Amino acid sequence: MKNKEVGMTLIVKTITRLTVGLILLYGIYIVLHGHLSPGGGFAGGVIIALSFIHLMLAFGKEVALRKLSESWASIFESLGAIMFLSIAVLGFIGGYFFLNFFIQKGKPFELFSAGIIPLCNIAISLKVGAGLFAIFAVLILFNKSGDK
Amino acid sequence: MELHLLLSFMVLAAIVAVEVEDLLSSVIAVGAVGLGLSMAFLILKAPDLAITQLVVEILCLIILIRATIKKDLLLIKDGRWFFNTTSTVLFIAIFLAFAYFALKELPNFGAPIMRVAKEYIERGLEKTGATNIVASIILDFRGYDTLGEATILFTAVMGVLAVMRKVGRIK
Repeated sequence: MKNKEVGMTLIVKTITRLTVGLILLYGIYIVLHGHLSPGGGFAGGVIIALSFIHLMLAFGKEVALRKLSESWASIFESLGAIMFLSIAVLGFIGGYFFLNFFIQKGKPFELFSAGIIPLCNIAISLKVGAGLFAIFAVLILFNKSGDK
Repeated sequence: MELHLLLSFMVLAAIVAVEVEDLLSSVIAVGAVGLGLSMAFLILKAPDLAITQLVVEILCLIILIRATIKKDLLLIKDGRWFFNTTSTVLFIAIFLAFAYFALKELPNFGAPIMRVAKEYIERGLEKTGATNIVASIILDFRGYDTLGEATILFTAVMGVLAVMRKVGRIK
């Protein structure tokens, strides 16, 4: 990195560069396999948010906010909420709220199975991850501006 | 047996978190309570809850340490410790007495009482196709509850973003 003063020491930065992608991948894995194994949208979303927070703690706030800025986090959060609600409303095709409206449920233990549940997991993970990251970023920025 | 060890560890960590002087040590003791709770969920065979508890605990610790601990809080020490301790012990005793009568009415641990829950457990796989029964319950049978929970989180995030925004803030 160009400005060495921002963030933590070189050791932390090197380890972060190696691990942050793996943490993000693990979060995505937990979200996508939420209907097959323990985990689900909430836990996976928090892990995704933690990977960005990890980046922010190690490299300072500019690097992390360049990857995912505060306003984009807000947009993703609202997108997740709209997606979840529209999945719920789409259940009215078959008659009632939150109907699992896919006719073919798929075979058990396959990735594309269980109807709307993976879609709901993805929506919740977008909401939770972007929302918690936005809260953390706003708290950090507020603290920095309050010091002056 | 392991559960009781974990519970006593959590009680000890909670007492340390209340009693210790340093704010950072107190936050770390709260984290120890959360880790113990996560392991207790694992022992009770609820891995979904264990994963969620662990990651939320880490996030809360980071937010507490990084974003709020800069402002050092004043420790309040007044001379009314006798009244405070007595009232606390009294309320704990009243709570335990009521809990003793209430807990006798509960069914045995792990025994299902509701026919609805039995239906979920028996026919959840064929109705939803999801092999993780927790996901099939919270996102299909009880999707309405999850919608309420998502609304709570959405409102919280919108509130934080609205209170702490920079645009329009008058110096």
